[in-house]
Amino acid sequence: MYIEVEDVSIKYRQKGKEFQALDHVSLSVEKGEFVCLLGSSGCGKTTLLHAVAGFAKTTEGQVTIGGKRVEGSDMRHVMIFQNYGLLPWRTVQKNVELGLESKKMPKQQRGEIAERYLDMVGLANFKNHHPHQLSGGMQQRVAIARALAVKPEILFMDEPFGALDAITRMKLQDDVRRLSTEEKKTILFVAHDIEEAVILADRVVVMTPNPGRIKSIVNIRLGHMRDRTSDEFIMARDKIFEIFHMKTERAVEYYI
Amino acid sequence: MLRSLKRTVLSFAAFILIWQAAVAFGDFNPALFPKPQKVLEAFQELISTGLQGSSSGISLFAHIQASLARFFAGYVLAVVFGVVLGLLLGWFPRVFAYVNPVIQLLRPIAPVAWLPFIVLWIGIGDVPAVAIIFIAGFFPVLLSTAGAVSSVDPVFLKVAENFNLSQFRTVAGIVFLAAFPQIANSLHLALSTFWIFLVSGEMVGAQSGLGFLVMDAKNCIRADALLAAMITIGGLGVLLDFLIGRLEKWVSNTWGFGIVKYEKERGR
Repeated sequence: MYIEVEDVSIKYRQKGKEFQALDHVSLSVEKGEFVCLLGSSGCGKTTLLHAVAGFAKTTEGQVTIGGKRVEGSDMRHVMIFQNYGLLPWRTVQKNVELGLESKKMPKQQRGEIAERYLDMVGLANFKNHHPHQLSGGMQQRVAIARALAVKPEILFMDEPFGALDAITRMKLQDDVRRLSTEEKKTILFVAHDIEEAVILADRVVVMTPNPGRIKSIVNIRLGHMRDRTSDEFIMARDKIFEIFHMKTERAVEYYI
Repeated sequence: MLRSLKRTVLSFAAFILIWQAAVAFGDFNPALFPKPQKVLEAFQELISTGLQGSSSGISLFAHIQASLARFFAGYVLAVVFGVVLGLLLGWFPRVFAYVNPVIQLLRPIAPVAWLPFIVLWIGIGDVPAVAIIFIAGFFPVLLSTAGAVSSVDPVFLKVAENFNLSQFRTVAGIVFLAAFPQIANSLHLALSTFWIFLVSGEMVGAQSGLGFLVMDAKNCIRADALLAAMITIGGLGVLLDFLIGRLEKWVSNTWGFGIVKYEKERGR
């Protein structure tokens, strides 16, 4: 397995009280797989993502990627944040070049790569804008271009579309789904809602809070092209609703 | 724009009118409370020959030049040291925790209270006035920079870490720039107090400058020249404030806070 989360627990001390964010969580992710983490707030989904990304330290257990223990953040595994994390004083293009600067790449080459990825997310005409001049959806596209520009193996996404309106969110979901098949990135994604998880994931990891644990893992076998209105989609979604005990059983009456 | 110009003109006209009326109808010693016209004449005198009977005998512009030179020297020193040290202390909070008690002790000492100490050490001249600005500005700039650093959005730090930025690039290229709007705001606030402290510094420790001119005019019992010097101090304070306001606007525009846009929408 590519990403191995082995019996990880994470405890925080908050105002003298100990808080168990994750309780003996184990998870394996294959290369190229799209995995969504889903659960109510406090279930530790973000903590788990940040532990795999190297932003949070594990209290017990360990995380390995490609057999190597995760000890810090690395450019091969890029995180996409809900509030985009774009640098407001840089232009769109300079934002995309941020990671390339660390690679000590010549200026011209940086510019070419940045333009290529901005073109890919459909923002080639906005390269000289500042982030605040763009809509939320466009800003998140810039963040995605910035992440892809450094050719990462894994994308971590922390409710990346949580702050966007419903239509923009669906559009970006489709884009990310396409990206995962075309670019063959491994993606670990904290989902905002059940629909999002079902439209995106190969597997959905359902978590429960207090303490944060994995309740069950659901395989979504819908293929690459997914349709929000298809019966398969609705059935897969219902399955997850059932896990959350949110589906009311009732006899269906028919009027003809 | 036109409306605010109208307001300004009317405001000054009323001010001068009341002044004139107070002189005309009040029973004041004209040497102590001169009418506006006398002050205007004093301006002419200060600009052309300098204060008559003064020990220094330099013109108003030379005084302004001396004051501004000290002002910028003190300002630049305070800003450079305050911002650099503030960044470092903000970035290393554990070091800051050790340094902070001493800062808190030194901070409430009025800059003017340092002056005798500085004059004892260095004597009068340019240094005391520059030093007083430095002291007045250094601590507020240091503390607000350190505060701004600690309130930088953690997502920027994560991005810097994620893209393998070195510690130096993180502090200089991310933290400083992310904190810059807040730092610039503190520089603006500091500026007006700097100007006040400069004048008080020059009143004691200098042989030129507007603060000195105020004392000089007092010693020559020239209330008209005294008022002219005071008006000059006020006018330059307004000008400096305006200039840094423009800088701040540029910053907020570039950083994307849209303050200017908002003002435009409200209309003037």
